[in-house]
Parts: sequence; structure tokens; C-alpha cells
Amino acid sequence: MKVARVACAGAIHAAEPHPLPDGRAGVRLTDGRLLAEDAVVWLPPVEARTIIALGLNYAERAKELAFSAQAEPLVFLKGPGTLIGHRGVTRRPAEVKFMHYECELAVVIGLTARGVSRDAALAHVAGYCIANDYAIRDYLENWYRPNLRVKNRDGATVLGPWLVDATAIADPGKLGLRTYVNGKLTQQGHTSDMITDVPGLIEYLSSFMTLSAGDVILTGTPEGATNVEVGDEVVCEIDGLGRLQNTIVGDKLFGR
Amino acid sequence: MPQVAVPIEVPPYQLSGVVYATLLNHRSAWQELGEAVNHPPYDAPPKAPVLYVKPRNTLAASGDPVPVPAGVTELELEASLGLVIGRPACRLEEARALEYLAGYLIVNDVSIPHRPYYRPSIRARARDGFCPVGPRVVPRAAIANPDDLAIRVFIDGKLRQQTGTSQLVRSIRRLLADVTDFMTLSPGDILAVGAAAPAPRVRAGQQARIEIDGIGQLESPFVQGPA
Repeated sequence: MKVARVACAGAIHAAEPHPLPDGRAGVRLTDGRLLAEDAVVWLPPVEARTIIALGLNYAERAKELAFSAQAEPLVFLKGPGTLIGHRGVTRRPAEVKFMHYECELAVVIGLTARGVSRDAALAHVAGYCIANDYAIRDYLENWYRPNLRVKNRDGATVLGPWLVDATAIADPGKLGLRTYVNGKLTQQGHTSDMITDVPGLIEYLSSFMTLSAGDVILTGTPEGATNVEVGDEVVCEIDGLGRLQNTIVGDKLFGR
Repeated sequence: MPQVAVPIEVPPYQLSGVVYATLLNHRSAWQELGEAVNHPPYDAPPKAPVLYVKPRNTLAASGDPVPVPAGVTELELEASLGLVIGRPACRLEEARALEYLAGYLIVNDVSIPHRPYYRPSIRARARDGFCPVGPRVVPRAAIANPDDLAIRVFIDGKLRQQTGTSQLVRSIRRLLADVTDFMTLSPGDILAVGAAAPAPRVRAGQQARIEIDGIGQLESPFVQGPA
């Protein structure tokens, strides 16, 4: 089951994928309205509580950034103000030289988890979605890396399009990830290459903190994160989860 | 999630559960680091405010026991003034920044001692119960000058730290302007403005009390907890 949260005609609705009469992809609201994808405003599919993100959780990506073996997963936390939905826009400040997307498998917790073993971990997952967690490397500083100015910017974490029920994903470790910039494939990876896999992450995190329903784990990105420019259309795709679209915009839209 | 029962006289009537904390925003924290800020792994002092997130599982109310993880001898206690946001705060002008606050409370940012601050494991700061806040939200209008509030930390009744918000590196207005340049703070969010160094240390069995003039007292018993 795939469920989106969309705004339409003055209210927020749950919506499921449904073809339009002419065969194009569309959505059906719970009240029966059938609408084109671009006729609704897409919100993040979950109202996230704690947002937990992984750095360097793919072997090739770690190599790309010259990192050696990890003693433990590299985890940081984000605030909910960073989240936007499918088909939204993300600002690239004019002054920066290197802003990149990060296609990531997002795991949404469904049941309270504390001290959970890896064997029991997936039973605590409500579902999955796609995340595109932008970073602006120009702002990287060596204090509490990755510092929030790099990774906790308004509208710089795209989440969606749907929350895909956990029952629809037999194994989160067997999913291909791809990013396209203006239609060109720029990033390709596979969740089987995670250094710490989804059950391992839930085991690790719940060993020292309580995970609760609505918490979201962004599980890291594979190699191939490239710079994006104003006007670029970025699409992140994960097997079984759909395609998450986003457009890079400039300062002008924000009156800067 | 631990419920945070914080009475509040002005909107927002409910905290959002989002807590950002500021590190190295107190002159004493810089004095403690000294020349180290110019050497690896840091190489240079930070330009932007140094912020981190205290997740919801850390939130606790005054009087709630703080678990000391098994195998850990002492915890550090960073006593800070907490700003409670009253309306959406984005790209604030320094001069008008305080108008976006609902009020103030005390934040006790507890952590397992950890150095360096380069890329610390969240295991140090994100444990259950590691962020007592309270005892209540004092309305903004009740505090004439938030940049001049005395802060005292007592462990088992003995005064262990005496400091204040007058020694912040970024004033409260400046901090709000710099933070909201890239991230919006929402009603009910808390921004802890920064604590003095060295942080007092506590052990299981001890009782901490933080006092901030005009805000009140935040009490936290430290107890032996699980791993």
C-alpha cells in the first residue's frame, strides 16, 4: 500500500496512486476525487518526529570521501523544518559552489523500539519512502559535523512521494537506488552495499535511545553525488518506492 | 515519549518537541578550548553557530529522573537558557528577534563526556531523558533583558557553577538572526543558547538543580539506568 499526504482544494488528504482515465499516472483522494499528479501539492508523507541521518553508510561513498573503517555508524540528527514533499523546490544560495543531492532509503518507525535485536528490527518499521537529503559542502565546518548549516536547511530534505507500507517491501536490503539530473543518470547504488543495513541500524540506535512511531531514519547515500545548479530537475528513484522529483531554484524566488 | 508537562501562560500552549542546542556560545567554552580551535581536527574557529539537535526521546520535565547509562561514571550537565519560539521565525532581523519568542525556560543539556567536538557520536547526547526542560515557560514580557540573567548550578545542594547569559559570544538576538538565516524555527521549538565551561559533572545518586533568575529552578535526580 502506498499513501501520500497531499493538499488539495483547501484541505490535506491521504491519497493513493491511481491511473487517470487517459492512462496517465494520477492520485485518488480518500473521498474519491481523482486528480493528476500536478493538480495536488505533495507534502512529506509522514509528520516526522525525530529525524536520524546516516553519513557515509555506503562503502564506495566512504571511499569517495577518503574515510577508513568505522568504529560505529556515523549518525546525525535533523529538524522537521528541513522536510518538503514531492515536486517541491529547494533553494541553492547564489554564493555556493558545491550543493549536491543524496538519494536515500528512508525508514519510518512504526512501533516503539528500545534494545531491539537485528532479527526483530524490521517488525518495528511502518514503511519506507525516498529521501533526497541535500548538502551544501561550502558550509562544512569541523564542529559537530556535519554541521546544521550544511545538512539542516529549510526545504533541503525531500521526502516521499508515498509512505510505502513495510509489508510491500520484503527486504529493504535488496533495493536499487538511482538519481537523474535533468533526465541523465548521475547516481546509482544498491541498498545491499550499506555498511550498516536497516536491521543493523535499528539495533544500533535502539541500543542507546528509544525509537518511536514517526521517527525517520535516512540511511545514507551511495557514491555519485554531483553538483546541482539552479533550474535542475532532480529525480531520485528507489525500487518499489517510486520517483521523487525536486527542482533547484535560486535566491530570487525568496527575495534574497 | 516522555510527556513534557510544562505550564505556559502564552501561546504556544504546547512545546513542539524540537530542541536545538548551541555549543561554544559562551566565552568560557572558548577559554577552555584555547589554542586547540586552530589545530586539527578543527583547524579554525566556527563561522556559523555550532548547533545540534536534542531528539524527543531526551526530553524530560523537572523532577524526572535522568538515567546514567550502565558503564558510565559521570555525566556532564550544561545549564542553558532556552528560548521558546512563539511564531514562525525565519530570517529574523537582529533588532526585532525577541518579538518572535513566546518565552523562556531552563534547558539541562546532559551528555556523556566526549571530546573532540569534531564528529561526536550521538550516543553522547541523544540518550533517553538527557534533556530536562522547565520548570515552566516564563512569558517573554516577564524578562526585561534575557542577555543578563544569572545562572547557578547546584549538585546535592552545593553551588558548582555560577555564570550567566551576559557572557554569551553571540547575544540572543544575534544568535536568532544567524540561526534563522538558514533554518526556520517554529512555534514551540526550543533553542538553548549555550552553556558555560567546564560543565559540572554528576553521578548516579546525585541531585542537580539549575536556577536562572526570573525563570525558576529545574531539578533533576540522576539515577542508575540501563546501558
